Amino acid sequence: MTEVTPIGQLLGVWIAAGLTLLIFSFIYKDNPAFKFAEALFLGVSLGYTAVNTYWNSIAPQVIRPLTPGVNFDAWVLLPVFLGLCIILRVIPSLSWLSRMAFAVYIAGYAGMAIPNEISGRLLPQVGSTMAPFTAATWYITPVILLGVFCTMMYFFFSLEHKGAVGRISRIGVVFVMISFGASFGYTVMARVSLLIGRMQFLFFDWLGLPN
Amino acid sequence: MRSLDLTNTRFCLTALLLLSLVCVLAPHPARAQSPSNPEVTDHPNDDGSAVILSFGLAGDELLELMPQVQIEGVWHDTETAPVLLSSLDKRSDHPEIYGWGVTDGNAELRPDDYYVPISKYVTVGEDGEPSVVPVSPELGEFAVRLVVDPAGRAESHPAGSVQATGQLFNRNMSFRVLLAFLFAGIIMYFILAARRNPNIFIRRIAGLEAVDEAIGRATEMGKPVLHINGLDSLATLSTVAAVNILGRIAGKVATYESDLLVPCFDPVVMTVSQEVVKNAYIEAGRPDNYREDNIYFLTDQQFSYTASVCGIMLREKPAANFLLGYFYAESLLLAETGNTTGAIQIAGTDAQAQLPFFITTCDYTLIGEELYAASAYLSREPMLLGSLRGQDLAKAFVMVMIFLGTLLSTFGSEWLSRLWTPL
Repeated sequence: MTEVTPIGQLLGVWIAAGLTLLIFSFIYKDNPAFKFAEALFLGVSLGYTAVNTYWNSIAPQVIRPLTPGVNFDAWVLLPVFLGLCIILRVIPSLSWLSRMAFAVYIAGYAGMAIPNEISGRLLPQVGSTMAPFTAATWYITPVILLGVFCTMMYFFFSLEHKGAVGRISRIGVVFVMISFGASFGYTVMARVSLLIGRMQFLFFDWLGLPN
Repeated sequence: MRSLDLTNTRFCLTALLLLSLVCVLAPHPARAQSPSNPEVTDHPNDDGSAVILSFGLAGDELLELMPQVQIEGVWHDTETAPVLLSSLDKRSDHPEIYGWGVTDGNAELRPDDYYVPISKYVTVGEDGEPSVVPVSPELGEFAVRLVVDPAGRAESHPAGSVQATGQLFNRNMSFRVLLAFLFAGIIMYFILAARRNPNIFIRRIAGLEAVDEAIGRATEMGKPVLHINGLDSLATLSTVAAVNILGRIAGKVATYESDLLVPCFDPVVMTVSQEVVKNAYIEAGRPDNYREDNIYFLTDQQFSYTASVCGIMLREKPAANFLLGYFYAESLLLAETGNTTGAIQIAGTDAQAQLPFFITTCDYTLIGEELYAASAYLSREPMLLGSLRGQDLAKAFVMVMIFLGTLLSTFGSEWLSRLWTPL
């Protein structure tokens, strides 16, 4: 691992601070400084993605298993073929082959996602809602039940939201909005802490103000 | 002389007494007790890559000794190196292995409360080097014993031996399979019903009513429509829903002869989006207006993508922004920038943490499942309509289950709530 020299560290702090200010200039309006930082950010991230994809995906999962030797794995040819089908989109007469790869990709992921949704969301949420009325929970269990019922009623699409259904779903919307309000406040606090972190970097690491 | 001897004797006796007192009163290291009832069994509902060693601990003091407890095992006539136990699981915390019958041992430690799953063990080769070997059905039987305090060798009885076997079906998943078949059956039935009679009612979804208005406004102003498919891959259901809606939006954009920009976060989503938009233009009878270059990949790094899309919003000034799919922390940055440009914004996501930001900054927001319902609402295709009706019935089923489960739990029967607890 290469050691960072003090000059290198100083240069890094100045570049980071400069780019932070260039991005912050967007608060005023779109300007050439922001455009420069944006283009640099995009270019660096694309370069990073390209290198990352090669070393973490293509080399270990394609090249290594297809190199003759102890680790040779002929099964890898199947996804490689499907990948090549996607690349063939650039040849109009063969572009139809890409649909085959997409069908496998989407169907495979849907097959993985549906059981995960049942196990990860549906079952735990329903199981946790079935809480008994006890002396300790008598006041909260009915509120949770009411919230769940009314909110689910809001997400009924084949019923017109009029009359009783309309009134119940409106109560559901109130529950949803209360939860969004709480989530909003929580997330804004997290964002403010990110801003504080950046300001601390500018004031203490860059400008060297006493901490 | 004599008096001196007496003094010495008294001194020695006093010292002996004090020493005895110190020995009695000094804290003893916990006595090494051997774990009781050790038993080695096959790990149920697995692929044959683990066995379970269960045993009891007599008291709390033995828990303190855990760092000194070792497993010694024999695997297929090969002595394995002792493995130090670093953690223990309680049987009552793992109904997926021991069922719901095991009560919580917190109040009173039972002799068979603890267990440790063994999926790997250590052998020492002829060269003296230890190597980690995974448990495998091919390797024969595994016999183990526990040793507490290796110096004092407080050993348990041999735990017996077991052959690791793999099971074809995980019985813990039975209820999930049943639910999947039940819901699939309901949805299939309603799809078939919708094919016979496609006039299925769907309630008004405000955000989708505004799609025509937003695209019409963009056309009148001569500005493009911007569509973002979220920041996830096609493995996310909301991305699939967003791409479906993109097809409907592209069809209307093609009809109005407006421009559509789709900067993508994922290369596969980009390729599918190109295909979907191309088909929409062909179906609208405007294949010549389709521009593949307008659906492009930016980057798959979250904030560089966000900075770039914000730049597009400010420079191209789209009149309508569609932010549909799965979003993360960038949701507010995108929606706020779009808001400052004066565009009509229609957002939709099932990312609960991001919905509040869309609600506060966008003109219309599709909340959670409304995003999935949107493509059925826009297309009126029998298959999508039928599946939406089927999902409603499945929701009604879940509501009834919640009501019954709560009622039964209140009266002391836990079987329904346990049925809905994933193992």
